[in-house]
Amino acid sequence: MGRELQQPQKEEASYTVEQLVALNPYNPDILPDLENYVNEQVSSQIYSLDANLCLLRHYQFEPDRMSIQIVSHILIKALMAMPAPDFSLCLFLIPERVQTEEPFKTLIVLSHYLETGRFRQFWDEAAKSRRLLEAVPGFEQAIQAYGVHVLSLTYQKVPRAVLAEVINIEGPSLDKFIEHHVAKSGWALDKGQLIVISKNEFNHPELKKSGGDIIPMENITRIFPILG
Amino acid sequence: MSASYDYDDADGHRQMQLSQQDIAYDPNFVPEYVKSFVVHLYRHIREKNVYEIHQMYETSFHALSDRSFKDTPWPSVDAVAHYVDNDHVFCLLYRELWFRHLFARLSPTLKQRIDSWDNYCSLFDVLLHGVVNMQLPNQWLWDMVDEFVYQFQSFCQYRAKMKNKTEQEIVLLRQYDQAWNVYGVLNYLQAFVEKSAIIQILDREKEGLEQFTANDGYDYDGGSNVLKVLGYFSMVGLLRVHCLLGDYQTGLKCLQPIDISQKGVYLIVIGSHIATIYHYGFACLMLRRYVDAIHEFNKILLYIYMTKQFHQKSSQYEQILKKNEQMYALLAICISLCPQANLLDETVNSQLREKYGEKMVRMQKFEEEAFSIYDELFSYACPKFITPSAPRFEEPLVNYNQDAYRLQLKLFLYEVKQQQLLSGIRTFLKVYSSISLAKLANYMDVDEPTLRTILLTYKHKTHSIDSDGKIISNADVDFYIEDDMIRVVESKPVKHYGDYFLRQIVKLEDVMNSMDRIKLE
Repeated sequence: MGRELQQPQKEEASYTVEQLVALNPYNPDILPDLENYVNEQVSSQIYSLDANLCLLRHYQFEPDRMSIQIVSHILIKALMAMPAPDFSLCLFLIPERVQTEEPFKTLIVLSHYLETGRFRQFWDEAAKSRRLLEAVPGFEQAIQAYGVHVLSLTYQKVPRAVLAEVINIEGPSLDKFIEHHVAKSGWALDKGQLIVISKNEFNHPELKKSGGDIIPMENITRIFPILG
Repeated sequence: MSASYDYDDADGHRQMQLSQQDIAYDPNFVPEYVKSFVVHLYRHIREKNVYEIHQMYETSFHALSDRSFKDTPWPSVDAVAHYVDNDHVFCLLYRELWFRHLFARLSPTLKQRIDSWDNYCSLFDVLLHGVVNMQLPNQWLWDMVDEFVYQFQSFCQYRAKMKNKTEQEIVLLRQYDQAWNVYGVLNYLQAFVEKSAIIQILDREKEGLEQFTANDGYDYDGGSNVLKVLGYFSMVGLLRVHCLLGDYQTGLKCLQPIDISQKGVYLIVIGSHIATIYHYGFACLMLRRYVDAIHEFNKILLYIYMTKQFHQKSSQYEQILKKNEQMYALLAICISLCPQANLLDETVNSQLREKYGEKMVRMQKFEEEAFSIYDELFSYACPKFITPSAPRFEEPLVNYNQDAYRLQLKLFLYEVKQQQLLSGIRTFLKVYSSISLAKLANYMDVDEPTLRTILLTYKHKTHSIDSDGKIISNADVDFYIEDDMIRVVESKPVKHYGDYFLRQIVKLEDVMNSMDRIKLE
C-alpha cells in the first residue's frame, strides 16, 4: 500500500494532536486521537479547525467509523467560530444523506439564521435544541460575540431593542452586558436607548486608512541603481 | 440537474475502445523506431543530458504516438527491456509512459488500472528510498505527479459506477482493494514533500541560502533534481486531491509554502501553472474569498491570452484552452457574487463580457434564471469531485459517482441563495447617498426588522476574516447606520500611481541602456 510511517514508541513523548495533524495526517490510526481531541476542545473550550477537518476527512474515507455525536460537536464548535466560514467548510466533507438527518438538519438551519442576520429566529430555534447545544460550553457567549461583531460593522449607534434581540439578553442582565462593554470595549450610552458602538473603520469610514499608494520599501530599492 | 457536467472518465482525452480482436496488437513486436527511441532516451538519461531528454520526451514520444500508436499501446516493457540493459528504473519510467499513453488514447481495463497503480508504487518507492542520480526535465516530473492524481480521480469515478460491473470486475475490486486507496495516494504525495525537504529548501531560499528557483529546480552540483522537484510538484498535487475531496482549507494549506505572488518553479511548466492557479482560485471561491480568486484568475487569464500562441503545437494545447474557458466561467461567478470588475485587466474584462456578459447581468440581478446559470457555470467549471471510500458491494449495486459533485453544487447554490438578498441592497446603495431605514424598507417591500437583518447579512457576507484575524471588506459599495439613517460610503477606486511610475522608470532605463549599446557606423 502506501508508505508506512514509523510510529513513535508508546514510551517516548507522545506527539500532540496538532503535531499528528501536521506531520502524519493521512494515517488511519490517528482517528481515535482526533476524536478525543474533539472532546477535549469541547470540555476545555479550545478549538482547532485543522484537526477537525482532518477527522472529517477520515470519516469520509471510512464512513463506517463516523460518530454522529463527534460530528455534531465539530459543527457546533464551527458555528461558534463565526464569522469564519468554518461551518460550511465542515459541511463540504459530510455526505448529503447524513446532512438530511438530525441533529444536522437543525444545525444547518441554525447556521442559516446566523449567516443571514436572523438572530431572533436563531435564538428561538436554539431554545428548542437546548440539550444539544448545552453540551458544548461557551456556545451562547460565542454567538453573542459574533452578534456584537456584526453589529459593530453596521451601526454607529444601535437601538437597545435591536441589541437585545441579537444577543438574546433582556432587562438587568442586558444592563450588565452593556456596562461591561462600556468599561472594556469603548461603548457609550446615548439618551438611554441607544448604544454607541466603539469606533472602527467599518462604521466610521473616515477612520479608514487610505490603502491607496503605499509603496513597499523593497520596490523603491529597485530603482536606487538608476537614481544613483 | 446539470446536463453540462461532463463526467467522462478521461477528461478532454479521446476515448477509443481497444478491441483485441479488431486490431492486431502484438505487445512483443518492437519496431525499429521504438528500439531507437528507448536506446537513445536511455543513453541521454545516463549521460544526464536534460536538453536531449526533454526533446525526446516532449516531441519524439508524441510524434511516434501520433504516427504509429494512435489506437494501440506501445510495445510492452518486457519487449524493450533488453535494449536498455534491463535497467530497473528506466523500465519503471517506460512503463509509466506506457500507461499514460494508454489512458490518454484508449480505455483502460480494471486490470490495467490496477497494474498502473502497482507501477507507480514501484517507481515512487525507488525515487523515495533508492539512490537516484538522474536529472529529468521539469515537464516530465510534473506530468508524473499530474497523471498520478488524474488516474486516481479516474479510478474513483470508475469504481463508483457499480451498476454495470461484471462479475469478474467485482472479484478484482475485492481482491485488489488497496489499489488507488486514498490513504496510499495522499501518503505518497506527502512522502515526496517530506523526503525532499522541499519546504525547508524554499524557506532557506528566502534567506538567500538556496538556488532552487533560480536554477529552475535543476541541480548543478552533480546531484539529482528528481526528488526535490517531485516534492515541489506534490504540493500542487495535494492541493488538487484535497479540492477533489471538498477540503479547500487544507488544500490551500498544502500549497502555502509556494508563494504564488512570486516567481516560482510552478510557473516553468504551463500545465503546473494552470493547475495551481485553477485549484487555488476554485478553493478561494468556495471559501468565499472572492477578491483573492478574482485577482489570481485575472493574472493567469491575461497570461494565457498573451502566450497561448506559443503552445499551439504542444500536445497540451487543447487542455490549456479548456482550462482557460473554465476559469472564465469561474471568474464570471466570482464577479457576479463580488462585483469588483475594477480588479480586472481590460483585456480579461472584455473577454469576460464577450463570453458571459449577458449571463452575468442575470446572475447579479438574480433574475429568473439566475440560479440555473450559476448551476450551469459551476457544473461546467468545477473539478471532478470524488467519493474516496471503498465501494459498497451489497445489492442493489448503484452508481454513486455523482454524489460528491451533487453535494458541492448543492452547498454552493445554498450560499448563492443566501447572498440573493444582497443584490437588492446594492442597487439602492448605488443610487442614494443616504436614506432612512423606513424609506428603504418601503422601497424593498419589507418591514423594518427584516431590512435590518438584510443589512446585517450584507455586512457579514462582504467582510471576511483573513488568516491573521484581520477583517477585510470586499464590498464594492458600503454603508453604516447612524440612528435611523443609512449613510452610504463611496469607495473610490484606488489608483496606483506609485507603482506606475516605478515601472516606467525601470523601463526607460532599459531603453536608454539598449540605445547606449547600439554602435553608430
